[in-house]
Amino acid sequence: MVETVLGLAAQNLVSPIILFFALGLVAALVRSDLSVPEAAAKTLSIYLLFAIGFKGGVSVSAHGIDGTLILSLIAGTILSFALPFLAFALLRVMTRLSVVDAAAVAGHYGSISIVTFVAATSVLESQGITSEGYLVAVAAVMEAPAILSALWIVAKYSGNGSAKAREKDTQGLWREILLNGSIVLLVGSFLIGFLTGKDGLKEIESFIVSPFKGVLCLFLLDMGLVAGRGLRASAHQMRPGLISFGILMPVLGSAAGLAAASLIGLSTGGTVLLMTLSASASYIAVPAAMRVALPEANPSIYLTMSLGITFPFNLTLGIPFYLSIAQAVGD
Amino acid sequence: MEMNPAKRVEIIIEAPMESRLTDAIERAGVTGYTILPVLGGSGRSGRWSREGQVSRAGGMVAITCIIRPERLDELLESAFEVVERHIGVVSVTDCQVLRAERF
Repeated sequence: MVETVLGLAAQNLVSPIILFFALGLVAALVRSDLSVPEAAAKTLSIYLLFAIGFKGGVSVSAHGIDGTLILSLIAGTILSFALPFLAFALLRVMTRLSVVDAAAVAGHYGSISIVTFVAATSVLESQGITSEGYLVAVAAVMEAPAILSALWIVAKYSGNGSAKAREKDTQGLWREILLNGSIVLLVGSFLIGFLTGKDGLKEIESFIVSPFKGVLCLFLLDMGLVAGRGLRASAHQMRPGLISFGILMPVLGSAAGLAAASLIGLSTGGTVLLMTLSASASYIAVPAAMRVALPEANPSIYLTMSLGITFPFNLTLGIPFYLSIAQAVGD
Repeated sequence: MEMNPAKRVEIIIEAPMESRLTDAIERAGVTGYTILPVLGGSGRSGRWSREGQVSRAGGMVAITCIIRPERLDELLESAFEVVERHIGVVSVTDCQVLRAERF
């Protein structure tokens, strides 16, 4: 088992996507002026969301809709609601973070990282393992509930900030979260892929299948640069307790994802993806929501943890580990 | 050229708060403002740069409006309800404008 994990991890570590992430990370840490322009990075992320959503929709149209789709959506929602409570409890034990900071960090760990999800699908493809296409929709539903849990934790455990002011700040927040560009594009592409099916895919295959990994490499180069800059700027805040949490929480999250996948009866590929979603931490939707709803929480802590610790961990060791576990359970 | 006294209000705030602030400005009856992207800077939280921010959450915007002096208090009260709990800088400068009827 350990040999399998290490073998997969070694294989994963020498894949172009991981090496480009590492290149970005190293470039940022040695203060190179290498950078991906903001508009280009945005374009790359739009491409990835569009491609992954569309391919997921096509996959569902080919295999049809069954009860596990509904169960997976429900499981994803429950996981997103529940994981922040586990994260918050762990943070209070392992770190000295204030209630507000711990709740903000916890919210990130209940939500998801779509790029980690994309990387996991890429690993599955390279291993020739198929998965349920509708996990893309599960990713979309897992984005927001965690934010609600984080805000509830703050309301219950913290006397900080006036409730009226927070209420004012959160007006319109849910519309922003549920209709943020990433979710609209992901779900929209998924639906278009579902409606047009294999014929639709044939029409744009040369654009969204072959170039996909190359674009992912460039995007991860940028992510490496961003993570490296964040680490460099916030290294002094990363105490052992926070670093340990950043590695332990995704493992516990993946275990919750594994339990849910086993109950639902997902395939090995689907199990890996649900484990990855449960293990990943948001660094796009939740930080924006936290800046609006919990401005007193320190952004450099939650961004550095999700992007500088958990994201690289999931990318390098986490995904191979989740794959090995899913295969062991499936056999 | 006839010059008229006016107040130039500049508010630098986190990008996710942009629409809330412009709504507050409009509620105060001010319909003219300009939004500028902020490239980077340095403040109490240290240096930061727009380059390499992974999401809008890390960015800042500058919102500038020029108003008649008598409208300043109402605008500041409305804007401050939004700015109060957030990172940001509010500054007011005396300036002069042509075509006073436009402000």
